[in-house]
Amino acid sequence: MLRTVEPSDPARVGEPIVAVDGLVVNYGSITAVHGVDIRVFAGETVAIVGPNGAGKTSLLSAIAGIVRPAAGAIRIGGEPLAGVALPDVVRRGIAIAPEGRNIFAGLTVIENLRLGATTRRDRAIAADIEKVFADFPILGERKNQPAGLLSGGEQQMLAISRAMLSRPRLLMLDEPSLGLAPAIVERVYQLLKSIRSEGVALLVVEQNAARAFGLADRVYVMSRGLFTLAGAPAEIERHRDFDAAYFGVAMSATGGSP
Amino acid sequence: MIEQLVQTLVDIFSVGGLYALTTLGIGLIFGVMRLINFAHSQLIMAAGYAVLLLFAQSAALAVASALIAAVLLALIIERAAFRPLRGADPATLLIASFAASFFIEKLMILLVGSRPKGLDFLPFLSRQAEVAGVRVQLLQMVTIAVSAVLLVATTWFLKATRLGLEMRAAAENFRMAEVLGVRANRVIATAFAISGVLAAAVACLFVAQTGLVQPRMGLQLVIIAFVGTVIGGLGSLPGSALGGFLVGAMTIVLQALLPPDLRPFREAFLFVAVAAVLLFRPQGLVPARGFRERI
Repeated sequence: MLRTVEPSDPARVGEPIVAVDGLVVNYGSITAVHGVDIRVFAGETVAIVGPNGAGKTSLLSAIAGIVRPAAGAIRIGGEPLAGVALPDVVRRGIAIAPEGRNIFAGLTVIENLRLGATTRRDRAIAADIEKVFADFPILGERKNQPAGLLSGGEQQMLAISRAMLSRPRLLMLDEPSLGLAPAIVERVYQLLKSIRSEGVALLVVEQNAARAFGLADRVYVMSRGLFTLAGAPAEIERHRDFDAAYFGVAMSATGGSP
Repeated sequence: MIEQLVQTLVDIFSVGGLYALTTLGIGLIFGVMRLINFAHSQLIMAAGYAVLLLFAQSAALAVASALIAAVLLALIIERAAFRPLRGADPATLLIASFAASFFIEKLMILLVGSRPKGLDFLPFLSRQAEVAGVRVQLLQMVTIAVSAVLLVATTWFLKATRLGLEMRAAAENFRMAEVLGVRANRVIATAFAISGVLAAAVACLFVAQTGLVQPRMGLQLVIIAFVGTVIGGLGSLPGSALGGFLVGAMTIVLQALLPPDLRPFREAFLFVAVAAVLLFRPQGLVPARGFRERI
């Protein structure tokens, strides 16, 4: 069996935005995350790839404060996450565009965006929303329509734009390409690149490993609740154990691609 | 003929309006926290006794004290019965709401006795007024006006204010609203306060109409209103108001159309109609969106 990989992060200055140590997440008697360590530093893009059921969503949900870890520590900007109420996580600079997008289908497009700015009290909210409409004219045209009427790709743009309206330091995305046509996936990743260029750190969970490799500074491969490989994308992509790490099978059993 | 039609319409809108205010108060709480608040009738009762306490001094004072009593009690119930159970499953919340309801009712019986007390609240409203050449009771016109104003005001609050938007978001997907930073306690407490305001309005109109206050008052109204909330669509606020209005309107229409022999059984006909809605449209007339939490 594969051993747990505990990568030594490249030397970085300052406090990581997120530091996770020995994280365990259980659902009843099922353990989804078996004890992982990960750090995300300001401005970098980190991808977690792995098959369905690897524990990727559970890891993101724990960092977002949505599920409570069974063991291990999560620190946001050096402060422990334990005891922080769910609505206060976003106030610490962490936003998430969750799996399935979770837009408010019955609310209008512009109301969804306003909710993204729930934590803000400044006067630039309206201007920021206008900027979203300038970038995605279709959202502007439909700003007063229920968001549930948007196509899947438009909903994903809305979910990401909504998350960005909290002006986070770290944006987490769970399967941003899931269920979208390739051309739409291309647009989603263009948006993520432009967010990255603004200096926002990204933590992206993807089954679509090739996409994630094109975006990330660092990649973790997750399988059966553990990180099985970690490193630079080019390195991981060519790694002889990648398939084994991805599918979590014993290395001796893998000859070629499964 | 015209006279009877106008009178029936006035009846429909005054009774329907009263039920719509009640279902909206119940629907607001259900929408935000998936809780059927049986203690809603105790809010009406508390406001009724506040009126009893002060109506002799001044009507305005009585109305103000009714508002304060119902809002305060709503906030206390939320704080004492439901906040400690945050995250509990709906069945637990339902039982807690029964407990709060029984506790307050029995406490009131202990304090003031179970006998109804008569009062002549807003006596000038029992006069007749002329509408479209037809004489109708002034109180009915006031009931229609108050219902309309409160329904519009609640809609405005939900549509046009930041807190209202947060409340609608929480009603659709509570978890996601919290992920975006919406503070659950604040939204839930506000929903309870609004349900208190609506209960106080219902109590004032109801007391003026019946001239009675008793510990079990509001129960009949609230039970019928639950039915209205269900047929309107649990979790949908416009659905709640519409369902309440329809149930109220239906009782009036049945009263007018049923042969005199069958009128005492109009509730039976009403519930047949309700059963039909549940059979053919179990999600209610205006189904709620995003009913299930997805994350």
